[in-house]
Amino acid sequence: MHVNEKDINEQIRWAQINADVLRSMENPRPAYWVAVAVCIAMVSCAVLAEIYQYNEGLGVTNLNNPHMWNMYIATFVFWIGMSHSGTLLSAILHIIHADWRKPIYRFAEAMTTFSLLTAGFFPLIHLGRIWNLYWVLPYVSDRGVWPNFRSPLSWDAFAISTYLSASAVFLYIGMIPDLAICRDNAKGWRKALYTTLSLGWRGDDRQWRNFRKTYMLLACFLIPLAVSVHSIVSADFAMSIMPGWHVTTFPPYFVAGALYSGCAAIITLFVILRYFFRFEEYMTTAIMEKTCKLTFAIAMVWTYLNLIEFASTWYGHNIYDKEVLIYKATGPYAWIFWTMIFCGSVAPFALAIQKWRRHMPTMFVVSLLLNLGMYFERWMIVAPTLAMSYEPHQFYMMYGSIVQWAIVFGSFGWFGLLFLIFVKVFPSVSMYEVKEMVFHRRRHLDHDTAVNLGRRARDTGKPATESH
Amino acid sequence: MSFKNILENWSAFRKDAEAGGHHKYDHRWGMAINLDVCTGCNACSTACYAENNLPVVGKERFEKGQAMHWMRIERFWDDADKQYPERGASYLPMMCQQCGAATCEPVCPVAATYHTPDGLNAQVYNRCIGSRYCSNNCPFRVRYFNFYSYYETWAEPLNQQLNPDISVRDKGVMEKCTFCVQRIRTANDKAKMENRSIADGEVQTACAQACPTGAIVFGDTMDPNSAVSKLWAKHEVKRGDYLSKKPKQHPEKRGYRIFEELNVDPSVMYLERVREEI
Repeated sequence: MHVNEKDINEQIRWAQINADVLRSMENPRPAYWVAVAVCIAMVSCAVLAEIYQYNEGLGVTNLNNPHMWNMYIATFVFWIGMSHSGTLLSAILHIIHADWRKPIYRFAEAMTTFSLLTAGFFPLIHLGRIWNLYWVLPYVSDRGVWPNFRSPLSWDAFAISTYLSASAVFLYIGMIPDLAICRDNAKGWRKALYTTLSLGWRGDDRQWRNFRKTYMLLACFLIPLAVSVHSIVSADFAMSIMPGWHVTTFPPYFVAGALYSGCAAIITLFVILRYFFRFEEYMTTAIMEKTCKLTFAIAMVWTYLNLIEFASTWYGHNIYDKEVLIYKATGPYAWIFWTMIFCGSVAPFALAIQKWRRHMPTMFVVSLLLNLGMYFERWMIVAPTLAMSYEPHQFYMMYGSIVQWAIVFGSFGWFGLLFLIFVKVFPSVSMYEVKEMVFHRRRHLDHDTAVNLGRRARDTGKPATESH
Repeated sequence: MSFKNILENWSAFRKDAEAGGHHKYDHRWGMAINLDVCTGCNACSTACYAENNLPVVGKERFEKGQAMHWMRIERFWDDADKQYPERGASYLPMMCQQCGAATCEPVCPVAATYHTPDGLNAQVYNRCIGSRYCSNNCPFRVRYFNFYSYYETWAEPLNQQLNPDISVRDKGVMEKCTFCVQRIRTANDKAKMENRSIADGEVQTACAQACPTGAIVFGDTMDPNSAVSKLWAKHEVKRGDYLSKKPKQHPEKRGYRIFEELNVDPSVMYLERVREEI
């Protein structure tokens, strides 16, 4: 079966685009308020658990001598990883001119910022003395005490705060022309909000040129940042001497895993937004297919890097490393390991089947499976090494207590809450970029435009033999 | 350390571990533990609890692995031991090895653990924020985290004998064996006032003092005449000797340092237990 369809309907009117997107921001339906209530309830669980943990001490999480880190750190890595897809879609695909990203990059970018805001909680929650958190930052103090610049944890503090601020600025800058559209159509408090946020955007030539330059500059700034931030997160493990952590391939492995789980999350949110906001005109099946292909490719990169890690451990004959690998695959955590392998390396083959990836409910389930696999991957990195490192007397198997579960559970609620607020306050589809996309595609159809551009109508600019 | 220092005195930073690496040491406190005479009686561990204000956590938390024993007796059953249980298990007193190239030090984000000029890994409780990375990077797993607060609920009547020389730590702080640093500091100050250097045997750790069989010998490994140095020399254990490590031929050279191949340069030498081959 070969389906040759368009990424977007070229005949769509610009007023229609505005109307559709602005409609999505208005009049929340009851289902929206239910979702908000559920998210708030989830966050409340986490808040209660954190208050309890703060008062009693970290012992209530079941953490113990070998298991000093557990779900908090795994979840932290998970959320940091989730944030990478937005940068992939908005920055990397922007500079390589893949225009199919345009209808879906805005919510992916929002996801980047919100998952970083979620991830940022976990290093704080896991600290023994959270009230002394600011000691990690290099502030000028009378005592002349500085953080330890050799520690990957202080690199983390820099990397994450830089990435969070840069991605938030990027999200905001990219939204300015759309905020101006919102301003022109809004009333009441929204009018005041958008007037402030759109920074006096009139859409004149000079503004557009400055905007393009700024946007491109930020995109170029963000790409190395995205790669470095997850490499630095991987350094939390790779810079240690522990078997199963001290792995050379960790930085690319973490970046691939990050892009992977992020793309899977994009598919999830794609289906949700398409269904609830009736964005079928924008989030088309053709774009879903392209996202799926991209995710599949990244899944295979991740699988490959996994195999490299296993092979180099197996043939490296470092007894400690090998023991941990065998323990992962056969020990008490084996069910998690094999679920991870299934969800991470087998389940993505569903994305390779065209019939399945055109079916939204299937993709919704598959994308959730992929992210389950990726969560387990992060957990498998943290826990088994701690359960079984060098000292045999301290081999110890444990699972986190309900306090850890509650906080991890609540983090999903927090992310959901931020996202729900976002979709009603900001346009979750980029109006001006969709118009741009439509314009570029339309000009190949329109005779007059094509003549002006010195091309024949319907000419894609490629040699005649390739046109169809 | 400044840039000028690096440029002009580069050779000073290129000393090997045996010469102390880039550190300048006044002393290098070390131990020798004879496993052949260790009976696994736990007196050292108990003495440590008494000396260093360690909380007794209770059965439940102990089972969860949240105990605070800086000095622990590790018990191992070999296959032969299981076959002939009357031979008894093997015991290994394990505490912070005060590594010369400690893996816990570089990973602390706030530099709460650092190397002192007398060769100890000091833990600054007031600076610790409880990220617990040091413990994760310790191959011996000898760092203990205050998972709970105990100072208000100190078990009666043990609160009567808290050591006033050191603090009682609150929750959220990492701690570990200090080689009884309060005793070292007292002896140091006394020697300084009397204008002499510390004599061998003047400082004794609580565990060494309590050991009924004298299995633990503590002293300055930089002083070639100290008892501990003589033991290290007798059993041919040297600092920074991990590369030329050859299997020992002589059965009486029983000295070894745990995980020597990791190149962390521990300050504790163990003497293997002599057992009948089965």
